[in-house]
Amino acid sequence: MGPFALTKWEATLSNYPIFLEGLGTTLIAAVAGLVLALMLGIIFGVLSTASSKITRGLSRVYVEFFQNTPLLIQVFLLFNALPLIAPKAVIPVVVVGILGVGFYHGAYISEVVRAGIQSIHRGQLEAALSQGFTYVQAMRHIIIPQAMRVVLPPLTNQAVSLIKNTSVLAVIAGGDLMYRGDSYAGNMGNYGPTYIIVGLLYFLLCYPLAFAAKKLEDKQEVS
Amino acid sequence: MIELKNVNKQFGDHHVLKDVNLKVPTGQKLVIIGPSGSGKSTMIRCMNMLEKPTSGQVIVDNVDLTARKAPVAKVRQSVAMVFQQFNLYPHKTVLENLTLAPIVVQGVSKEQAEDSGMAYLERVGLKDKWDAYPMQLSGGQQQRVAIARSLNMHPKILLFDEPTSALDPEMIQEVLDVIVGLAEEGITMVVVTHEMGFAKEAADRVVFVDDGRIIEDGTPQHFFDNPEHDRTKLFLSKILR
Repeated sequence: MGPFALTKWEATLSNYPIFLEGLGTTLIAAVAGLVLALMLGIIFGVLSTASSKITRGLSRVYVEFFQNTPLLIQVFLLFNALPLIAPKAVIPVVVVGILGVGFYHGAYISEVVRAGIQSIHRGQLEAALSQGFTYVQAMRHIIIPQAMRVVLPPLTNQAVSLIKNTSVLAVIAGGDLMYRGDSYAGNMGNYGPTYIIVGLLYFLLCYPLAFAAKKLEDKQEVS
Repeated sequence: MIELKNVNKQFGDHHVLKDVNLKVPTGQKLVIIGPSGSGKSTMIRCMNMLEKPTSGQVIVDNVDLTARKAPVAKVRQSVAMVFQQFNLYPHKTVLENLTLAPIVVQGVSKEQAEDSGMAYLERVGLKDKWDAYPMQLSGGQQQRVAIARSLNMHPKILLFDEPTSALDPEMIQEVLDVIVGLAEEGITMVVVTHEMGFAKEAADRVVFVDDGRIIEDGTPQHFFDNPEHDRTKLFLSKILR
């Protein structure tokens, strides 16, 4: 019997609740991770363009640490370190995943945001400051709204790879789509259909995002 | 009232302003003239602390802006600046450009900011452009919007940093007309410009800056008819022919 035999498809498809459950966990990790990554990315991105050497240095350390070590190691460390830091706390595994992808992609988004802010002509900040805006107000009302248009495409790339990277949860029994699929395939031997279905589900999560961003980008070009 | 006291500004090794002392009394229309690279733009940019002096003091309405923890943002609300490159906010409409800072910074109601904004747009002749975006306007129109934007803060002092230098020649006059109109009011104005006609027509006082120093200071008449310095004479001979 080949790896893609019809009976294997039937068996795999009939077990669809397993995949749905995994998909739910992956969605939660992705959405919460993305929110965290965006917050960190904007904060550290703005800090890295501030005039203070301390905030710039802080941002540098954060970015370099998370960009230059594998996500897998970060998640392992987090998974094994959290019980040491807070032995009594019961922390769901998915939270480890959220923190993992959140901090990891936050570092990349921070660089995207920094580049976006630096692409805005210096005169914009000067005009805002000359009108009495504080630095933070100027960022919020003048610079970031303009930078957002510039950073939308690279930001979407980050969101898409964040969704895919939630699959690191599989290595710490995170209950996500990858983990569920992997363990189902391992138990039942239906590797072929399982990985195709799992891959397809990831595609269904990611593609609409990329598509929507493309549309939005086109629309902005027109206006 | 603006006062620069022993102001020095260095960019690395480059000494741009050298011990500049200048007092601009309330209501005065001061024009700053000088060759490019003389430091005149840096001088006006020190007046609202867009450039921080390396040493010396900048005092605006009795507030020393160079002091530690000086309320710079607060003072800037009453010191409006018009830039060479207009620097309108491209993601906002014309009217939003006028109302954003009054609403966010000064806490003016949206309605009030829009009412006064429309009045200033009418004054610069662009009332019908209120919902256009800056990109859709000509350079001269953009600069007039920028002037209206600065007026909508109800400033006490207006700073113009080469307001016509980036404009096509046929648009310079429409912008100058607006500025000359403003000069007829009581507001304090400092204008960095190459427009000698404007200096003659609208200024109370002209200072000539060369190599980071003020070398000539007097009435327009003194400056154009009777300059003391050879450097000034040379400059004028090149510019007025």
